[in-house]
Amino acid sequence: MPSDVLKAAVVFFVVVVLQAAIVSSVQPGGGTADLVLITLTAVALLRGAVFGALAGFYAGFLLDAAQLETLGLSSLLLTLAGYWIGRYGETTGRDRAHAPLLAIAVVTLLFALGSLAMHYVLGDPVSARAGLVGALPTAIVLNLLLTIPVYALCRRIFTPPGARPAMEVELGTN
Amino acid sequence: MLVALSLVLITGYFRESDNGPLHGVQGVTASVLRPFQIGAERVARPFQDGYDWLAGFFHAKSENEALRNQLQALRQQAIQNLTASQENRELRAALKFRSGPMYPSGYDQVAAEVISYGANEFQQELVISAGRGAGIRLNDPVTDSQGFLVGHISKTTSKTSEVSLLTDGDFSVAGRDAYTGTYGLVSHGQGAGETLILDLVPKDKVVKESDLIVTAGRRSARLPSLYPRNIAIGVVTSVGQTDVDIHQAVQIAPLADFSSLNVLLVLVPKDR
Repeated sequence: MPSDVLKAAVVFFVVVVLQAAIVSSVQPGGGTADLVLITLTAVALLRGAVFGALAGFYAGFLLDAAQLETLGLSSLLLTLAGYWIGRYGETTGRDRAHAPLLAIAVVTLLFALGSLAMHYVLGDPVSARAGLVGALPTAIVLNLLLTIPVYALCRRIFTPPGARPAMEVELGTN
Repeated sequence: MLVALSLVLITGYFRESDNGPLHGVQGVTASVLRPFQIGAERVARPFQDGYDWLAGFFHAKSENEALRNQLQALRQQAIQNLTASQENRELRAALKFRSGPMYPSGYDQVAAEVISYGANEFQQELVISAGRGAGIRLNDPVTDSQGFLVGHISKTTSKTSEVSLLTDGDFSVAGRDAYTGTYGLVSHGQGAGETLILDLVPKDKVVKESDLIVTAGRRSARLPSLYPRNIAIGVVTSVGQTDVDIHQAVQIAPLADFSSLNVLLVLVPKDR
C-alpha cells in the first residue's frame, strides 16, 4: 500500500504536468482529452473507492495550482469522481472488461456537468452550449480512445491486490 | 472528509485576498510545477508544430489566394497611410501636441511562454511563465507575438501569471473602428467559438464589414481604459440591426489565433 501511494503521487504529478502543458492545447474538433480523469478512472477501478477519492483530491489540487484556478474546485469534482468510479469497480464493474470504457464515458459527462455547475455557483459567466454541446462529444470520444492504453499502463504500475501469477504447488499427504 | 476539505478550500480561496495564505500555497505549488511544465512544453513543441503544420496544410491553397488579394489591398493602403502618417507628424509638430502613453512606444514588452492551458471549455485562461518578479501586475494587457490583443493578466504569483483571454465571458474592452472612429464595447458572444461582439454601437454610427477594430484607449478621466490605444483586436465579420434593439449587432473575428498561443507579450508601462 505505501508503495502504491508513492507510485500514485508520481504518476499524477506527471499526468497533471502533461495535461496542463500539452494535452489541453490539442483540441481536435473543439474538445480536449482529459488525461487526469482517464488516469483517475484507471487507478480507482484498480485500487478501490478510498484510494480513488484520495488520488482525485491530490490530482485536483495539483491541477488547480498548475492552472491558477480556484483552489479546491477540481479537487472536489475529482474526489467525487474517484470515489464513484472506485465503488463501481468494487461492485457492478468488478471483472467486467467494458468497465473502464463505461466508467470514463459516464464520468466525463458527469464531470462536465459538475464543472459547469461549480462555475455557475462561483459566478463565472460560462456557456453551457459551448461546454456541453460543442466540446463534450469530442471529449468523450478522445477519452474513450485514450482509456485502453492508459488503463493497460496503470494496470502494469498498480497491480491489483490478489492478482499474483498462477504457480504450481505441491500438496502434502499427511 | 475530502469533500468537506475541498469545500473549505474553495470557500477560503474565494473569500481571501490575492495575498492570502491559500493563494500563497497555490503560488508555491505552481512554482514547483513550473520547471516541469516548461520542460514538457519544450519537448512537445516540435510535435505540436508538426500537428499545426498538418492542420494548416489542407487550407493552404485557398488561404494563399485570399492572402494574395489581401496583400494587394494592403499595399495600396500602406501607400495612403505613409502620406497620412507624414501629415500627422507635421500637424502634431505644428500644434505642439502632447499625447498620452502610446502603444507600443510607451510600453515594455515582457515575453513569456505559455506553460498551462485551460483544461476545458469553461476555463478561458492560460498560465504564462513570468510573474510579479518580471514587473507584471494585475490587469496588464497581453498580446500575441504579432501584437494582436489576447487578454489581460487576471492573477499573478512571483513567477507565473494567469491570462484571461478575450473569449472569457468576464472580459470586455472599449473598442474603436479604426476606419470610421465608431466606439463600442468588445466582449465575447454568448455562443461557442471565438466570435466576439462589438456592443453598444448606436444605429446612427457606421461600422462596415472587414473594418479593423482596435482598442479605444483612455476616454474617461474617472475610469480610464486598462488598454492603450490602437492594439488590434479583430475584423468585423457581420453587421446587422433589428427594430427592437437600440444598438447594432456587430460580430468580430479576433485576429489572434487562440488555438496556437505559445509565446505572449505582456505590456508593462514604462512609467510604472
